[in-house]
Amino acid sequence: MKRKLEISELIFKILAYTFLTVFALLCLYPFLYAISASISGRHAVEYKEIILLPKAVQFDAFAAMFGSNEFWNSYSNTLFLTIYGTIWSLVVAILGGYALSKKRLLFRKSLNFFLVFTMWFSAGIVPQYLNYIATKQVFNGVGIMDDKWLVVIAMGMAAMNIILLRNAFENVPSEIEEAAIVDGATEMQVLSKVYIPMSKSTIATVALFFAISRWNGYFWARQMISNINEQPLQVFIRNRLEQYTDLEQLATWTENYAADSLIFALIVCSIIPILIIYPFIQKYFAKGTNVGGVKE
Amino acid sequence: MKRKADDYLILDEATGTYREDPEQVVRDDVEKHYWLNVGRTILKDWRLYVMLVPMLLVFLFWRYMPMYELLGSFKVDDVVKPVADQYFKGFSNFKGLLMGTGTYSGLSVDFWRAMRNTFLLSFYGLLFGFPMPIILALFFNEVRSNAARSALQVMTYLPKFMSTVVMTSLVVMLIKQGSAASNTPPGILSQALASLGLISAETAQNGLLNNPDYFRAIYQVSGIWETAGYDSIVFFAAIIAISPTSYEAAQIDGAGKWAQMRYVVLPSILSTIVIMLITRIGSMLSIGYEKVLLLSEGRIASYQTAEVVSTFAWRVKGSQSGLASAAEMMNNVIGMLLVIGANTIARKASNVSLY
Repeated sequence: MKRKLEISELIFKILAYTFLTVFALLCLYPFLYAISASISGRHAVEYKEIILLPKAVQFDAFAAMFGSNEFWNSYSNTLFLTIYGTIWSLVVAILGGYALSKKRLLFRKSLNFFLVFTMWFSAGIVPQYLNYIATKQVFNGVGIMDDKWLVVIAMGMAAMNIILLRNAFENVPSEIEEAAIVDGATEMQVLSKVYIPMSKSTIATVALFFAISRWNGYFWARQMISNINEQPLQVFIRNRLEQYTDLEQLATWTENYAADSLIFALIVCSIIPILIIYPFIQKYFAKGTNVGGVKE
Repeated sequence: MKRKADDYLILDEATGTYREDPEQVVRDDVEKHYWLNVGRTILKDWRLYVMLVPMLLVFLFWRYMPMYELLGSFKVDDVVKPVADQYFKGFSNFKGLLMGTGTYSGLSVDFWRAMRNTFLLSFYGLLFGFPMPIILALFFNEVRSNAARSALQVMTYLPKFMSTVVMTSLVVMLIKQGSAASNTPPGILSQALASLGLISAETAQNGLLNNPDYFRAIYQVSGIWETAGYDSIVFFAAIIAISPTSYEAAQIDGAGKWAQMRYVVLPSILSTIVIMLITRIGSMLSIGYEKVLLLSEGRIASYQTAEVVSTFAWRVKGSQSGLASAAEMMNNVIGMLLVIGANTIARKASNVSLY
């Protein structure tokens, strides 16, 4: 009996380790490939000779990219959308989540339903498109001509994030709030001096979720921002891909690096910021998948 | 407010007459002034309610207004109606989509194709994509060294944080077609698949994304790459919550590893699995349009399998916005019914439900 146990355990362990190692390496492989291909020579990239390590190393693709105004433009547009978008979404979500966490709030149940319903039913992209177009006209009408503000204000809100904040605020003991009120604190002071400091980790998580989704935003920015110079990095990458990937006449390409290397270099530049903050966000992962919050 | 007399009146036995119940008068008064009281409460606590305003406006303008736009699906904007349709003109967009009458006949075929593709992409996602995070979580639990496990987990979570553009660009590059003119081979992954004999060299050379037969596989495999690791978190959390004594008890009873899985681990994480399954089924029809568009845009041949309802609606919105809204409306309503259905079944079968 004892022996049988050990064998089944051993088989399972070997299976688990092998499977996980292979899967994890496969997950990473495309990114490693992108890095190698971005710094490999033209022939190696065009004839797909790279398997893992770069060949005939060059940095001209990066140099060309850093030398182009379009790249810096799109990068700064992405920064703009990420910074202002995250701040706006976070302010709206913290205020809303705080109010919803209060038991004394009237119509609390209906308001919660108002949020949760949007997680189950979304109108779809065509009605959303028509709606954004209408919003854009209103924005332009009141003098906001920069479509980036439309993206910042109208997009990127997620009911899930508000619910995460609401749950965190609900966990703050109400005695602390009462004590603060006795001391003469206003609602705003209670929020900023008591609730926000006590829910720091959830706020950080939500802020990172907002920031990542802003950084990665593509579709609506492309649809709604008319001025090509205002488009974010993701749109720039996609445009380059569409421009180069089916390039049959490689003869017209005269650089010493492949057109693909340029795209890989762009991809590498767009993921570097995420790789930098990645170690800091890991510990918050489990929070984001908290499904219990959906319960009414 | 109509009431039975008994609620209102009390028989005064001394005089034999009826008089009004004073408590009822108070109740009536409260009811009559309900909104006034609501107003008073809000005014007294106005700071709290002001905090709600930005959130309400954002959701109202950009989540609920689009739902109102969906009503456009009942409008007939661009079709000359046959007489028989006049009574049902509100539904002619739906009718056209479903039955392909009149000017809609071609589009109806496309719509059904899109509906079928949507279902199949979701169904295969459920079949192949759903078990993967559970398997990963079970395996993560076997890795005893914390450092090794964290390293593996971090590696598998990473793709989740990359943008759809980056992910699809990488996919496009890895399975890119070769070029006969300049004699370049296809992408490295296509080459590998061809040398393993999974696809023919010719298919690889022509580009997998241009071939409708492979779109579903590409979609599922890249989906697993993107989300399986991250989705395993919730299952892993459920597994590590199992108390070690449960395993010990099973071992004493002579349970091997497989029996432990079957009788200890699976029952313990069943409720998590059910909840995730409901969520998954609920979002079955909301296939990520962004990924589908990015993988199939400009590759008309692949529409055969790649076009889903939302991308279909997106494509026809310019000429037939009423039709596009009708397609999305149908998609959303079916999606909604799926959530409610899945939730009801789960509640009946296992007493677990999402709401």
